[in-house]
Amino acid sequence: MDLYPAFGYRAGRLTVTIEAGRLMYTVNHNMKHVAEEFMRNPIGHHSPELQRVLMVFRGEPLEGKYVLICTKPFEEWQLATLTGVRGKPVKLIKDKFFSSVEDAEREVFRLRWKKYTGHELNL
Amino acid sequence: MTAYLRITGYSDEISVLPGGTINFMVSCDGVDTYRADIVRVIHGDMNPAGPGVKEELIRTSVSRNYEGRKQQIHTGSSVIVPAHPVLDELASFTVQCMIWPTTPGKAEQCLVSRWDTRSKGGFQLLIDADGAVALRVGNGKGKVETVSAGRAMLAREWYFVGASFDAKTKRIRVYQEPQRRYAKIDTGGRGQATSKLGSAGVGAGPLTMAAYHQRTSKGRTLTAGHYNGKIDSPRLARRALDRSEMEQLMRRTVPTHLQEVLVGRWDFSREIKGIRIVDLTANALHGETHNLPARAMTGYNWTGENAKWETAPEQYGAIHFHDDDLYDCGWEVDFSLTVPSTMKSGCYAARLRGGEHEEYIPFYVRAPLGKPTAKILYLAPTASYLSYANLSVAMRGKKVEMMSGRLVQLSAWEQHLNENPELGASQYDEHSDHSGICYSSRLRPILNMRPKVITGLAGVGSGVWQYNADTHLTDWMEAQGFDFDVATDEDLDREGIEVLKSYSVVITGSHPEYTSTRMWDAFYAYTQQGGRLMYMGGNGFYWRVAYSDTLPGVMEVRRSAGGTRAWAADPGEFHHSFDGQHGGLWRFQDRSPQRLVGAGFVAQGFDICTYFRQTAARNDPRVKWAFEGVGKEELLGDFGLVGGGAAGLEVDWVDRKLGTPPHALVVAQSENLTDLYLLVAEEVLISTPDSMGSANADIRGDIVFYETPNGGAVFSFSSISYCGSLSHNDYKNNISRLTGNVLKRFATDKSF
Repeated sequence: MDLYPAFGYRAGRLTVTIEAGRLMYTVNHNMKHVAEEFMRNPIGHHSPELQRVLMVFRGEPLEGKYVLICTKPFEEWQLATLTGVRGKPVKLIKDKFFSSVEDAEREVFRLRWKKYTGHELNL
Repeated sequence: MTAYLRITGYSDEISVLPGGTINFMVSCDGVDTYRADIVRVIHGDMNPAGPGVKEELIRTSVSRNYEGRKQQIHTGSSVIVPAHPVLDELASFTVQCMIWPTTPGKAEQCLVSRWDTRSKGGFQLLIDADGAVALRVGNGKGKVETVSAGRAMLAREWYFVGASFDAKTKRIRVYQEPQRRYAKIDTGGRGQATSKLGSAGVGAGPLTMAAYHQRTSKGRTLTAGHYNGKIDSPRLARRALDRSEMEQLMRRTVPTHLQEVLVGRWDFSREIKGIRIVDLTANALHGETHNLPARAMTGYNWTGENAKWETAPEQYGAIHFHDDDLYDCGWEVDFSLTVPSTMKSGCYAARLRGGEHEEYIPFYVRAPLGKPTAKILYLAPTASYLSYANLSVAMRGKKVEMMSGRLVQLSAWEQHLNENPELGASQYDEHSDHSGICYSSRLRPILNMRPKVITGLAGVGSGVWQYNADTHLTDWMEAQGFDFDVATDEDLDREGIEVLKSYSVVITGSHPEYTSTRMWDAFYAYTQQGGRLMYMGGNGFYWRVAYSDTLPGVMEVRRSAGGTRAWAADPGEFHHSFDGQHGGLWRFQDRSPQRLVGAGFVAQGFDICTYFRQTAARNDPRVKWAFEGVGKEELLGDFGLVGGGAAGLEVDWVDRKLGTPPHALVVAQSENLTDLYLLVAEEVLISTPDSMGSANADIRGDIVFYETPNGGAVFSFSSISYCGSLSHNDYKNNISRLTGNVLKRFATDKSF
């Protein structure tokens, strides 16, 4: 949760306690049918269950979030991550180039699946 | 800080008559020479699935090589009061104001100062690096003292702050008083010290507020130490006043014995519409704002009872400064084009090339006044281009990936903006202090208002938005043999219906979202006087905006309560500074888009688009002519460069209550938008679970036709992605056919 900086930058001894809410919906490896649906159709009409999983994946905070850098318009994209800090450049990921956005979507889905479920998605 | 783009530039004008002159200002980073050409922009979408980039080289006297040089951009707003002898006479002094800091503790920020950077002489009332108010004095011989109030301030709270220096006793006092008390914490502070300086020095140059004067370069006053937040009621006196006297300076009528010690008493509630800063004392230390800090901001004394600043200006004596404000880059001119009479009205650009680097600076050439050279007028939506200028949400927005149902795709222009924030962002972004950006200027390079720009948010496929998306329309008209003239929103705002009335048909761009009052009135009058309007987009005529009567090239929006908005204007700050009118959605000024074009914003989504299905009404004799050559079972626009369909991104629907004429015919409706398409906020009085595309039949675009008085008519296609379908299959498709039938019919004089 992004805290509105209501209490100043480095405001000395002032401390503020705010509890960020906890997202109850979790992704687990039993939902493999959802992953299969995504692999068939990464962009477009998705079932409600796939939508919920994607909300978790796509709703991550900005720091470390995957983005695509358009290296050659309509031909090539490179995977990168955001730092979440205004003004800092993206971190390009070596050797992660794609010739279609769908392939990039599938790859990132696999990476996120592993992160959230602990399991390799062999799809 | 990488420069991904090594040639950037802007022009002083965006729209010009034949015989008029445009100045082009260019900055080059590591490019010694560039070639400038003037091109006519025909199609800017690079998508290999479409017609590809098309431009026409125009021979001009400015088309040649130029030397490349770097030009700087200086951001940060301030008030500058020119040097005056009374400032040189200061020995003892008191300086004070009310402040509402937004980033206390983010580096040192100057509040009021008269400072000579070279000799370190003069004074600065500032916020120190710990977020406390401090007075800095320098004797002009290199010796500097800083006395702090010693307690960090809270952000977004009002404080009385001030300081005094007594030249005789050498006593320095600093005051920091919060105007709201909280239990358990006290952010008030006092500073006290005896100075060891012989004198405080008088500094040199201008008096500044919200920054200190760094130096003057080529006639420009350059500032540093920029402050984020509001300043209200600054005062400067020539004596070290006690606290009670400082309080009396805040009264509307200052006691006479204190009037004579006043050096400056600035009232920001005067002349809110412009950049002038008024001093109420006989010294007349008037000044100007630099880089357009936000005016018409609620002051320390705003009670909340009156939200219209023109009727209670005394409660709007605050200016909100930002360290990233930018109005006019002020670059030197590289070359000037005087538009020859042979240059037909159209969409042009200065194309600059140096090595593998390329830049375009777009502009429009109008037809001579009162002498149209076509029956069709394309009204380029430059107000909307300005609102989205240097859109930075892709890298800053937390929900962008979720809303577009795809990984965020970034191009070089977005990476460049991220690392070169001095270019300023859009009205969809926030300042560095998280307040909304309400002014957008075109007197700076606008990296996404160019051909070839890819905007990843804008659906699968071409990824084009605003300027580049509109080349789909102008290319199609040219390919189909339709002659058209061009004018812009700015022209319409300035000249009103005169811009439109000589034309049989006026055609809009794909997303004419921002409309000033004068523009709205001109469009409406045109339709009522027999004109024909083709609305080729979605979410049009949505936001009320204001241009300035005195400041060129800048547009203001207030994202007031209600509406689908990227930031929220604070209470009391819904009225434009430029013209005093209530800002926000036209819907809430009782002029919904439905009243002007029959349909208004209902839903948006940014993954894929869909088709329109024709209704029974398409057979009505009043409109059947539009469907000649289109079978009634055909799905309209089940194809396209934008999202793969003619219906999508942002779509509009009819609503009789909001002003869709009672005789309007809805001839087609979209179907099958995805669940990422959601109802707009203003249509949701109470949230319900069915607000997404597959669950709610309201989430659609309605293509609507109706006649207007005196033989006019309106045809609205109600979708941003519509124009992306025009070129499909070499322009042979049912969207091209439908649109062509309408344009042909509208361009005749035959009455409706």
